[in-house]
Amino acid sequence: MRTLKLVPDDTKIAFMRHRKWAFPLSAALILLSMVLFTVNGLNLGIDFRGGTLIQIKTIEGPADIGEIRNVLSDLDLGDVQVQEFGSAEDVLIRIQQQDGGEQAQQVVVELVRGILSGTVSFERVEVVGPAVSGELTQTGILAVVASLGAVLIYIWLRFEWQFAVGAVVATLHDVLLTIGMFALLQLEFNLASIAAVLTIVGYSLNDTVVVYDRVREKLRKFKRLPIVELLDLAINKTLSRTALTSITTLLALGALYVFGGEVIASFTFAMIWGVLIGTYSSIFIAAPLLMFLKLRNTDAAKGKEELESSSAA
Amino acid sequence: MLYFSPIKTVAIVLAVLVGLIAALPNLMPKDVADRWPGWIPGGQLVLGLDLQGGAHLLLQVERDDLIETRLDDIRDSLRTSLRNERIGYTGLTTVGETVQARLRDVSQSDAASAALQPIVEPIPGGLLSGGLPVTEVTLDIDSDGLIQLTFTPEGIARRVSSAVDQSIEVIRRRVDELGTTEPNIQRQGEDRVLVQVPGLGDPQRLKDLLKQTARLSFHLVSQEMSGEQALQGRPPSGAEVMFSSDDPPIPYVIERREIVSGEDLVDSQPGFDQRTNEPLVTFRFNNSGARDFGRASTDNVGRPFAIILDDVVISAPVIREPILGGSGQISGNFTVESANDLAILLRAGALPADLTIVEERTVGPGLGQDSIEAGETAGIIAAIAVLVFMVLSYGLFGVFANIALTINIIMIMGVLSMLQATLTLPGIAGIILTIGMAVDANVLIYERIREEARAGRNAIAAIDAGYKRALGTILDANITTLIAAVILFSLGSGPIRGFAITLAIGIVTTVFSAFTVNRLIVAFWVRRTRPSTVPI
Repeated sequence: MRTLKLVPDDTKIAFMRHRKWAFPLSAALILLSMVLFTVNGLNLGIDFRGGTLIQIKTIEGPADIGEIRNVLSDLDLGDVQVQEFGSAEDVLIRIQQQDGGEQAQQVVVELVRGILSGTVSFERVEVVGPAVSGELTQTGILAVVASLGAVLIYIWLRFEWQFAVGAVVATLHDVLLTIGMFALLQLEFNLASIAAVLTIVGYSLNDTVVVYDRVREKLRKFKRLPIVELLDLAINKTLSRTALTSITTLLALGALYVFGGEVIASFTFAMIWGVLIGTYSSIFIAAPLLMFLKLRNTDAAKGKEELESSSAA
Repeated sequence: MLYFSPIKTVAIVLAVLVGLIAALPNLMPKDVADRWPGWIPGGQLVLGLDLQGGAHLLLQVERDDLIETRLDDIRDSLRTSLRNERIGYTGLTTVGETVQARLRDVSQSDAASAALQPIVEPIPGGLLSGGLPVTEVTLDIDSDGLIQLTFTPEGIARRVSSAVDQSIEVIRRRVDELGTTEPNIQRQGEDRVLVQVPGLGDPQRLKDLLKQTARLSFHLVSQEMSGEQALQGRPPSGAEVMFSSDDPPIPYVIERREIVSGEDLVDSQPGFDQRTNEPLVTFRFNNSGARDFGRASTDNVGRPFAIILDDVVISAPVIREPILGGSGQISGNFTVESANDLAILLRAGALPADLTIVEERTVGPGLGQDSIEAGETAGIIAAIAVLVFMVLSYGLFGVFANIALTINIIMIMGVLSMLQATLTLPGIAGIILTIGMAVDANVLIYERIREEARAGRNAIAAIDAGYKRALGTILDANITTLIAAVILFSLGSGPIRGFAITLAIGIVTTVFSAFTVNRLIVAFWVRRTRPSTVPI
């Protein structure tokens, strides 16, 4: 049986040459993300901003978004967003956090229930008060920072320090671009988005570690090969795997995005984006970074030789 | 790498079998699975609230409310203690968490100190202090005769902690009355209680039941003046104005002294008035409650008394004859449901402090079912896409990888069922993500085998080297993802935790199935066919 080969055997693509545009491109994108983040800000969900989210389904016929908006604006609850959610019968209502502490948030639900009951069914109600949203924000930031730190330490233990720095910089690159994407498209950023970001961290590292593993192996094998050629060799050797794994992961995520329902669509979208940039960054950012960090093939090789001679002695 | 000792082979096959059997109950209807013999591992998957529908409420004990009540008690004790010893004082006030007063005669400070000693007696500690006594209140009398009774931080912490414990008990009794299955009620942090009730579409009733403190008491209505007079002037000493729940509210002058409190109730049931057929609530006192109420009603025939629930007068009937039987009834504009709810609240007892809802998440059963179906469809399509792609890419070895992948998915289900970990919607996403990423290990191995074959090794050596060399990479790559999953689990809550746990379990089963199970299959194939070239 002839098998499908997406990447031909023994490619010799000079990836390292592309760092000339990849680095400026990534730098520009990171800058753009930061600008978007400061100017547009994130469309924070109620998990982090507090407030009320209500998903309703009309009992008969498609929902009249305009009418719902009118009815709700009479309640004088500040910023109220009403949008269709997946189908013409499903509507998502977001109401900003009310002044007046925890109790005031509960009043919102009672008001909305009172005014809409009879014509719609309440599919989902989420109310997050000021105290909890503050805590969730803290934990969210802590989770991302802690996982980056923990992984930095792991890679540092397993590889030379340049690899650890390279992997974390590449991962940080992916996290920043993901946040930029959220700011650009104004996708809701909630607890699930934090999970998506952490999964991206995991996936991106996975990819980077596979390339780095090969770099380390080649460093030991070819002690006199210039670093540029060596990195190119390592990337080319793992290219087929990188492509295949990205494709299977994207196939799975694509199915989830199309068929998985509206509730997790933005969660899946973020992960698809993460897989794409994670793959890009392991090839074009993580590997060239090793050169910038002055990982000399002789260093690693010497370290290895010393280790061997000492254990022999 | 391709040699497996018989023991190892058996161990691997056994591990796979355990996984399969543990996943099996999920294919049966619930009632069949429940009769599944106990010695076989696993039950059905536990679905999160976002999948089966239900209510999740995070309640917070109102610390300030609790402190205020306690400070009032301390103030009352100070007043009575000094009065009993005939020690004069002025300027009794509460400043922050300190009750203070000034002695009229500084020379009485020793006497005052002795009189106040019972208030500052350390109280037996709870878990927080490791069982050591806790000094809840400290006493300080300075040379100018300024008395300060301070509610200590440890004392506050102990009060909050025990209020949370008591609240959990009361909440459990109230929620049990709703007749729902398997509510989860647990302490969260210092001052919060998490209440999760699966299958509850409309949490309004639950919220109504939890919102009320349900502090019930019986008082005499003062006859010195009417409610209106008291509002215009000052209520008589030892009495205060309280309102009824009518619209507009009617003011009553209520004597502060309780005849009986809700703690003396032993039962309460909803019922109907035999004459008017209106809903009402009946109750029964314990012995001491019956005695107190009997004595008070005998002494006050013809006077009205008030039944007060959470500072609201719900009924103020006139005592027509002494009530000696220890039982009675409350009537007052009830509906069938509100009578029923009040009876539940009275049976369950009062909360020690007000509770505030700080987080609420409710999912209707319909949406949960939609999410499960969407997740199943997406999972099946994802699996088919990946399976087909693997066969196209690697032919026969793709089939081997697919067997490993299938075993992997079943094992994830099995482990989730065995641990009784909660499956949430993000958790389903985690499993689907695993379908995509699980083949990574096989891809790594197969690409390596191709490379080794091209480098001139014979088929068996190439396959052997492929597994050997890919192992380190597979471990490094998966451990980094596992670290992210573990951190997510330890910091996350609810649905996110569900995602982290499927991701983490998925990583472990992936390394086992894609590396070990797949290698076992390939080893069998190698032994049987003795290949001369690598078919990938």
